[in-house]
Amino acid sequence: MATENTRGLARMMLAPSVGLLLIWMIVPLAMTLWFSFQNYNLLNPANVSWAGLFNYQYFYTDPAFFQSIWNTLLIVGGVLLITVIGGIGIALLLDQPMWGQGIVRIMIISPFFVMPPVAALVWKNMIMHPGYGVLADINRSLGLQPVDWFAQYPLFSIIIIVAWQWLPFATLILLTALQSLDGEQKEAAEMDGAGFVSRFIYLTVPHLSRSITVVILIQTIFLLGVYAEILVTTNGGPGYASTNLPFLIYRTALLGYDVGGASAGGIIAVILANIVAFFLMRAVGKNLDK
Amino acid sequence: MNLRTLLLGVSSAALLCGFANAETLTIATVNNGDMVRMQGLTEAFTTKNPDIQLEWVTLEENVLRERVTTDVATKGGQYDIMTIGTYEVPIWAKQGWLVPLDNLGADYDVDDLLPAIRAGLTGDDGKLYAAPFYGESSMVMYRKDLIEKAGLTMPDAPTWEFIGEAARKMTDRAAGINGICLRGKAGWGENMAFLTATSNAFGARWFDEKWVPQFDQPEWKNTLDMYVKLMTDAGPQGASSNGFNENLALFQQGKCGMWIDATVAASFVTNPKESTVADKVGFALAPDTGLGKRGNWLWAWNLAIPAGSQKTEAAEKFIAWATSKEYAALVAEKEGWANVPPGTRKSLYENAEYQKAAPFAKMTLDSIDAADPKNPAVKPVPYVGVQFVAIPEFQGLGTTVGQLFSAALAGQMTVDDALAQAQQVTTREMTRAGYIK
Amino acid sequence: MARAVSTRRTVVFTIAAWIIALIIFFPILYTIITSFKSETEAIQGFNIVPSGTVESYQAVQAQSNYFKFFLNSVILSLGSTLLALLIAVPAAWSMAFSPTAKTKDILMWMLSTKMMPAVAVLVPIYLLFRDFGLLDSRIGLTVMLTMINLPIVIWMLYTYFREIPGEILEAARMDGASLWGEIVYVLTPMAVPGIASTMLLNIILAWNEAFWTIRLTTTNAAPLTAFIASFSSPQGLFWAKLSAASTLAIAPILIMGWFSQKQLVRGLTFGAVK
Repeated sequence: MATENTRGLARMMLAPSVGLLLIWMIVPLAMTLWFSFQNYNLLNPANVSWAGLFNYQYFYTDPAFFQSIWNTLLIVGGVLLITVIGGIGIALLLDQPMWGQGIVRIMIISPFFVMPPVAALVWKNMIMHPGYGVLADINRSLGLQPVDWFAQYPLFSIIIIVAWQWLPFATLILLTALQSLDGEQKEAAEMDGAGFVSRFIYLTVPHLSRSITVVILIQTIFLLGVYAEILVTTNGGPGYASTNLPFLIYRTALLGYDVGGASAGGIIAVILANIVAFFLMRAVGKNLDK
Repeated sequence: MNLRTLLLGVSSAALLCGFANAETLTIATVNNGDMVRMQGLTEAFTTKNPDIQLEWVTLEENVLRERVTTDVATKGGQYDIMTIGTYEVPIWAKQGWLVPLDNLGADYDVDDLLPAIRAGLTGDDGKLYAAPFYGESSMVMYRKDLIEKAGLTMPDAPTWEFIGEAARKMTDRAAGINGICLRGKAGWGENMAFLTATSNAFGARWFDEKWVPQFDQPEWKNTLDMYVKLMTDAGPQGASSNGFNENLALFQQGKCGMWIDATVAASFVTNPKESTVADKVGFALAPDTGLGKRGNWLWAWNLAIPAGSQKTEAAEKFIAWATSKEYAALVAEKEGWANVPPGTRKSLYENAEYQKAAPFAKMTLDSIDAADPKNPAVKPVPYVGVQFVAIPEFQGLGTTVGQLFSAALAGQMTVDDALAQAQQVTTREMTRAGYIK
Repeated sequence: MARAVSTRRTVVFTIAAWIIALIIFFPILYTIITSFKSETEAIQGFNIVPSGTVESYQAVQAQSNYFKFFLNSVILSLGSTLLALLIAVPAAWSMAFSPTAKTKDILMWMLSTKMMPAVAVLVPIYLLFRDFGLLDSRIGLTVMLTMINLPIVIWMLYTYFREIPGEILEAARMDGASLWGEIVYVLTPMAVPGIASTMLLNIILAWNEAFWTIRLTTTNAAPLTAFIASFSSPQGLFWAKLSAASTLAIAPILIMGWFSQKQLVRGLTFGAVK
């Protein structure tokens, strides 16, 4: 039904976004690429020279490099796992009739309103601290040893904090999708005597697939860049146990003020993100077309 | 938000319009108590200088450092006065990023500044590049009641051997008391500030005269061995992610027998409004091992003017006021002597009223005087700085090494592995930066 | 009989949901509670009954002018959200209703503009902002936040628009509606809930953006993120004060979320229009 006319219009409507994002992508990318080939330390600006590929080599041979890539992927994977499964579960629950639904909803969504550094500070000190955190108090009242979260499970602790922040996002999107599930279809399935499990598998999950995909893709992009929470809690330690790629870049950029090295790190991060996105699109991208 | 704030906002906007030709100084500062207090007291300055308006940017230390460093290095020109540490001053002065403070006024009395502090702010040309707002060293804070219970007496100048013995004796984990609380969170200004300063007492150094890293030397192994063993035996849980504030919280709740950290902590732990142990705290110099150096660091937050500022004259006027004896007297009058910014002027420590109000005054002064940033280690070094190395690469390096040492503390790495890896990353970075030819 | 079963179900669901909600909400609740404690109380272990002092709020207000930061947060998050919607709605619309073979690639590419870690481009961006005189300007930061969130806005709108059944469009066309009429009378009413929820989400994202809003501002344009940064981790006790500052920073957005959540979730129920 689409005529030449509407197609032209469609292109026109798309043009501003594409144009702006193109500029937005190319200018910083070009500058970053340029700097990544320079020896440029912000604290020594007189000494700028061509570095060739040295910054890349230096970044890549950092003793923390491979672990940081692995940690980056673990954070993305761990948080996605918790938020998607948790999000589906909570969305299903919230879709049921209950008392005080409004309050429950706002409580569950609220972590999204907290700024990341504050969230990390609150979790580190008020919740997880083995000396005076709430969890330690609970453990002690049960007669157990408090857990030293950031020493024993640094990465897991960070995953928990980040997942707490992103769970509302997943819940909100999935809940919205769930509510658009046709009531008639649900009733029909119930009439047919389909149990909860089979309704979930054959009706709910297919219906949610596109929303789940959107949650996964959008969150992945954000999660690949997590570093504020690490900075506040562990500073990448102990050892490199909680150092991820953005933290490594942070260390290079804002502690070492090595603009060249940080730029090379940035380019490497973009490449990694593209690889991740490529596999994700192959795995779940087809759901977007539904 | 109440009506008053709204009115305040509106009226301050109106004021800004009214004094369109007044100069506005933008001041970047750390959110520590002394600076916050200064913000509240600036009326005394602005009434005397009606043509100068002040705008404050108050940020936490790490963010502030990022902000001002980025701005000064890119000549962003966002600030007229910056609060910077003793670490930044020599590096920035060398780059020509700071305006020398030549016109602080006749009654400023530069010679009243504590020599150790002043030396760190003076460039090779003998000019002062920043004025100290408050200074600190590190010292031992201990619980008099607990050390008595352990049957020991704390000397004024303890050795590490004594500290180790006392810590182990004071530890009573069933009662929730740890013999000693020390920094463990990775970071150049966190665990490495403490460990670098402590290593000086053990005869260690970061680099030899040719900038070769020294982590493969026995002195560093002794330092780290002692630290890890002591913390395992007598330290609190979660030590590897504890920084200044976490330890402060532990100490104030009565969970530490001893704590070695910044001298400014003394005013917190002795404040009965905040601390449950306020009347039981004693002080001693940071420990040594008999090699002639103590592990007490030296730090000051200073006010400086970035080169390129158009308002140098007004800025210098403000700096002269904020770091003067007059300001100290003003704080004393309004908030009491105990709240005067410490560690910058001899006259303060000669003041009887201050000595009375601050029981930790003498120990603070002795600690600051004992620190020698130009000769921090037992052996000769090519760098300046007690708990840091004043080179641009140190923040990144210190943090990486700090990560490794916190892993050793958490028991995820042996001391030998941590040191070997520290040696490797430091050599790598120093070679790259061109120090090691 | 059926009613009894459904009541029992409601009870079970209510209990389960409240437990989960309270666990998730606990850190925030505890922050709010802590904001009404004194600094000493705040570190004295688990205690959910504060003394009710407001000294932290007084201290916070004495140190910073909350209202100024608040105003900047409002301007920045609303401005950038409206700007982003203005650009994104047509784009999402065209991709949702006139998809081509490349639509999916374009979508993915748009998201990929967010792949560069902010820390890696701080210096280049800072230099650009300096050269254009945009440091500490609300306009510069609004544009920045718009561009940062644009891909997300387009994605969300695209997803919502895709939920609008195509048959309605066909029916309108059969009735001879013009393209303009189609947009104004048929599609817009159905798209509004999706736009509203995208808007809300984006306001939150902009409100909480804590990297650029701190790094690119000084005094004039600094929003609540900078306000928070001035209370986080000073030397000394700061829990009660940070909690008070956080409560003040979260409150507006929490209240906004509270008032809009009903419309938000119910409004998105497309089932009704099908």
